[in-house]
Amino acid sequence: MNAILSAHNLRKSYGDQVVVDGLDLSIRRGECFGLLGPNGAGKTTTLRLMLGLIAPDSGELQLLDHAVPQQARAARVRVGVVPQIDNLDPDFTVAENLLVYGRYFGISDAVINARMPELLEFANLTNKRDVKVPTLSGGMKRRLTLARALVNDPEVIFLDEPTTGLDPQARHLIWQRLRELTARGKTLLLTTHFMDEAERLCHRLAVMDNGRIISTGSPRELIAQNIEPQVVEVFGEQAATWAQDHAARLAQRFEVSGESVFCYVTDAQPLLKELQQHPELRYLHRPANLEDVFLKLTGREMRE
Amino acid sequence: MSRYNFALPQFSRRFIPIWRRNFMVWKKMAGSSVLGHLADPVIYMLGLGYGLGGMLPQIGGTSYIAFLAGGTVCYSTMNSASFEALYSGFARMHEQRTWEAILNTPVTLDDIVFSEIVWAASKSLLSGLAVLLVIWLLGLSHSPLSLWIIPLAFLVGLCFASIGLIVTALAPSYDYFMYYFTLAITPMVLLCGVFFPVDRLPTMLQNVSSVLPLTHAIDLARPLLTNHVPPGFMLHISVLLGYALFGFYVSLVLFRRRLSQ
Repeated sequence: MNAILSAHNLRKSYGDQVVVDGLDLSIRRGECFGLLGPNGAGKTTTLRLMLGLIAPDSGELQLLDHAVPQQARAARVRVGVVPQIDNLDPDFTVAENLLVYGRYFGISDAVINARMPELLEFANLTNKRDVKVPTLSGGMKRRLTLARALVNDPEVIFLDEPTTGLDPQARHLIWQRLRELTARGKTLLLTTHFMDEAERLCHRLAVMDNGRIISTGSPRELIAQNIEPQVVEVFGEQAATWAQDHAARLAQRFEVSGESVFCYVTDAQPLLKELQQHPELRYLHRPANLEDVFLKLTGREMRE
Repeated sequence: MSRYNFALPQFSRRFIPIWRRNFMVWKKMAGSSVLGHLADPVIYMLGLGYGLGGMLPQIGGTSYIAFLAGGTVCYSTMNSASFEALYSGFARMHEQRTWEAILNTPVTLDDIVFSEIVWAASKSLLSGLAVLLVIWLLGLSHSPLSLWIIPLAFLVGLCFASIGLIVTALAPSYDYFMYYFTLAITPMVLLCGVFFPVDRLPTMLQNVSSVLPLTHAIDLARPLLTNHVPPGFMLHISVLLGYALFGFYVSLVLFRRRLSQ
């Protein structure tokens, strides 16, 4: 059996609000799978369903050959979780956090203590071993949370927005660690709304909105399937007026957002030539990326 | 509300690591904790016992301070379990998200709620022991039966922890707990015979008192301190256990509802 997790027609509503609306998903062993979506798309609820923390209204769910939520406890023995909001034990040191958490899995103190140096090393926290959690930086706390998720040597690791709120250095270190985990054969399921994160880490992605998956594939496939390969961003007070006259003619598609115009094209040359006639406009020519796909699929309006 | 919320609790030994976690936290501030368990009841007992007791005749053949001792041991164990289940329980559930972290492991909410109750009762046990020690040291009881106060303290803890967790499950914030202490705990202290015999109250209040758990705890504790087998002890134990089971189930249903939002 190749799928480590499979969901079929999963539904969950809170009152009148449908949060997960007929979700189908299959995650293969050893891949890093990204669940993308704007705030409120249903990502966190999906993760909670998969862990068996909430029961779906209907649909089927299998995690590591266990039916969820019925056998969720057995499935969770082999799963690690990095939650969106830190929930480390503030009364404990780094090492105590790992020890206490390992016990919840029924692991003996001797085994946890034997695993401890490797976990601390992985989290770059070896010299913070006996430091209390409240004195750690945001990046250190995230790394400790990641190490804590590995205390039971899980096969699958769920990560809910693992780098939200981190500075670039801390983020890059987390990315490096996550790549090491996939290299070791672990299966990763992560939610994020950072497109560069998804593009760097994930073998496959699903874009989610309003409780549904609206597109699935590798980062390249998603770009190739959903959007023109080239993007020219044009900035300036006159950009919108310019777009009405020229972008409509020279681009396959364009979008105006404030004083910026996004032109999506297969061949950018005619558009760039035209732009050279307008020194009052600044522009940026780049290949299309996941963020373009994301904005096309989920719209530019704010989700609040 | 989903039918899952009403399922009967499932017990497993996985509640033990949570108890150990709480014990580890407690050990770090054991000093102040033990002081808290001792200072409050001892000050009450000495102040009221000698101060007020000096002006009072004997009650049921004992000095007022010895009478007060039986009330204090129960009131003190009730308080420790209640504070633990309300304030500390709420911190672990809401503020620190400790429960959320634990739920991502093979531990279930049933295990967590059960461990909260057992843990709060453990603190009651400690508090009961502390007061009992003071009672012995002051020479207020020479009864071998007073050793039964130790399991009683644990039972009183189970009872008030379970009831307290219902309040925790419903609380939007710490401020909410004031209602419980003002509307439930304080009346209980005054109506259940901690400071004076219940038969001094008007009949209507005596009736109210007879259904409150603290009354039954005190009806067990007081005879034990004077080396008597408490009359009707099976009834009193059943009432305390009944409250504990009721509180456990209702709080569990409420926590399941709250945490599945």
